[in-house]
Amino acid sequence: MSFSWAKPYQPTSELGKWFDDRLPLPRLVYGAIGGGYPVPRNLNYFWNFGVLAGIFLMIQIITGIVLAMHYYSSLDGAFNSVEHIMRNVNAGWMLRYAHANGASFFFIVVYVHIFRGLYYGSYKAPRELIWMLGLVIYLLMMATAFMGYVLPWGQMSYWGAQVITGFFSAFPIVGEPIRIWLLGGYAPDQAALTRFFSLHYLMPFVIAGVVILHIWSLHIPGSNNPTGVDVKSEKDTLPFHPFYTAKDGWFAGAVLTAFALVLFFAPNALGHPDNYIPANPLATPAHIVPEWYFLPFYAILKAFTIDFILPAKLWGVLAMFGSILLLFLLPWLDNSPVRSGNYRPVFKRFFVILVIDVLVLGWAGGATVTPTVVAISQIATAYYFAHFLIILPLISRHEDTLPLPSSISTSALHGELQESAPIGTSKTATAAAE
Amino acid sequence: MIRMFSYAAGAILTLVLMISLFGTVSEAIQSPPEETVEHEYHREAKALKLASDGPLGKFDRAQLQRGLQVYTEVCAACHGINLVSFRDLSALGYNDGQIKAFAGSGNFWKIEVPSVNPDTGEVATRKATPADRFPAPYPNDTAARAANRNALPPDLSLIAKAREGGAAYTYSLLTGYQRQPAELLKHFPTAKTPEGLYYNPYFANLNLAMPPPLTSDGQVSYGEGSPPATVDQMAKDVSAFLVWTAEPKLENRHRTGIVVVIFLLFATMLGYLSYQNIWAEAKRKVAPKGPLDPGNQAKRAHAKRKAGMDK
Repeated sequence: MSFSWAKPYQPTSELGKWFDDRLPLPRLVYGAIGGGYPVPRNLNYFWNFGVLAGIFLMIQIITGIVLAMHYYSSLDGAFNSVEHIMRNVNAGWMLRYAHANGASFFFIVVYVHIFRGLYYGSYKAPRELIWMLGLVIYLLMMATAFMGYVLPWGQMSYWGAQVITGFFSAFPIVGEPIRIWLLGGYAPDQAALTRFFSLHYLMPFVIAGVVILHIWSLHIPGSNNPTGVDVKSEKDTLPFHPFYTAKDGWFAGAVLTAFALVLFFAPNALGHPDNYIPANPLATPAHIVPEWYFLPFYAILKAFTIDFILPAKLWGVLAMFGSILLLFLLPWLDNSPVRSGNYRPVFKRFFVILVIDVLVLGWAGGATVTPTVVAISQIATAYYFAHFLIILPLISRHEDTLPLPSSISTSALHGELQESAPIGTSKTATAAAE
Repeated sequence: MIRMFSYAAGAILTLVLMISLFGTVSEAIQSPPEETVEHEYHREAKALKLASDGPLGKFDRAQLQRGLQVYTEVCAACHGINLVSFRDLSALGYNDGQIKAFAGSGNFWKIEVPSVNPDTGEVATRKATPADRFPAPYPNDTAARAANRNALPPDLSLIAKAREGGAAYTYSLLTGYQRQPAELLKHFPTAKTPEGLYYNPYFANLNLAMPPPLTSDGQVSYGEGSPPATVDQMAKDVSAFLVWTAEPKLENRHRTGIVVVIFLLFATMLGYLSYQNIWAEAKRKVAPKGPLDPGNQAKRAHAKRKAGMDK
């Protein structure tokens, strides 16, 4: 679609030609994921995670539609209908465990996908909109996952809904009315459960729509690649099919195997035992924690403990929303012309710290609150914001980057030391330091 | 412009967090968190091995049957398993006749199923049938609380999944009742177990409203060929039974899982081979380096010749 050497679709049969003349759907598919889409030849396995995210979205939609056939969104029926699915519906246990663990795997692959984009500078021009649409998908996923977790109406469902809708009440004046409006009542109740079910069913299709925009905008400049160097000639690319369909295919098999191992042999490992207790508005669980994929944000929320001009809770809520919203500005915060972290020695070090920092935040979000945990989450939260708002803009201005290969093919087909060497060990990195 | 804004936002957030951190640290120094009796004396569940553990685990049907007996004769007095139907007992190895007799037996189930008198339409009760759920021991939560000093005996259907530790937890709890250690009272004089509660270090707050349910060996008389009904054995058996009530499809899950994983591994292997095949020509061709570099080989040969090693 984007490069002059992209092969146009040529129908191989009479029927194909007849169809293509009337509705060029085969042409669209051929140009999007077929032989007509040239892709950089040097993509590594981190580039497989976008396709994987699409696979898990499909798994969620298919299992979800069938689950919805057996689920009732009533206060008395919700919990028991989930157990009915687990006990009496044919293969219902498999559908439900696939859906619950599918959500976790969806987030795992999306997190790898996001951090891949962060490291290789995939958010930079001309791919800003791809990045921003991706963030929109991520926000929609979070909303969908949250509402889905409420549906079984267990203890964590109920109290999670209570806590998360409670965020809105942190805002002065308008906060409490917004919370009541969202819930349809003063606390999570029948109105909230029904609307969460309705929206939980709607949102995946909205996500699918934004995914189409995300892929469309990707197909204009084409994929980024580990060198971050633009595609210059046909030598730099391979057609998507059969090369990347084959690579995505076997890797998807490997990831689905990992998914099956969790689904069939440890299906509750990523969940919380309290959600097997029916919701009880009169008994607060000892530790209310969100699902694992929200834990870093939960740590950020809890890190603000002092009323400094604004109340601590408002600081926490603003910071939590801000921690994602600031990523929309990333293409302008980091305007280093070099995309790939492989050629940015200083950036690379801070990137490693950021990954550790987010893992620490995740741990702190789930840990029992003690002064040590709070202090650690405060330091980690400070680093998170400092990384994006202060360190990254400074690095992009002052960093000495390494020389880029002249093209993808020179990097991919000849000595790829610069491309693959870890921090400080590549010859050029040492030379630059000297 | 955007940079100035971002530096300012970053500086403000960091400042607020540093003030918060200062608050946390000074608070921790001024009033260090007190040791709690729960923190000091609560114990993690004992290890418990069951036949259903592991990826190939299967239920031990004889054990489940003994567990059902313990549940029926001991636990069912206060705890329901309202997600389990009598018909489900076929999974334990009972035949239809046995299940029918068991469900309708007035020996075990004093409480009958609510019904309507077909002649008068008045509220009535009837004996349970295999299609019915296990009857709840109390008509409602209020009655349950009234009979148990305001404590509510939880339904046990899902207890093995609803507690950290699962079956090991229920087993530990059932065998964990003991006298409150004298040492505990010395350190925490206010933590004496209140009247009507029972000390059990496996329970989260150490004091439990449930009296020890399994008190003496032989409390339940197991049939011929069963292991002796010690408290430990009964606790194990009923814990195994509660794993089944919580996850009746566990064996299906394990069996299906093995087949799915084998299929996926095979498909992945085929996929990998075709990937290798397709990419064989397109793979990066790495220029030889070090000892394999033709230039270096020539130099080496030259040096050898010079040193007279080459004959």
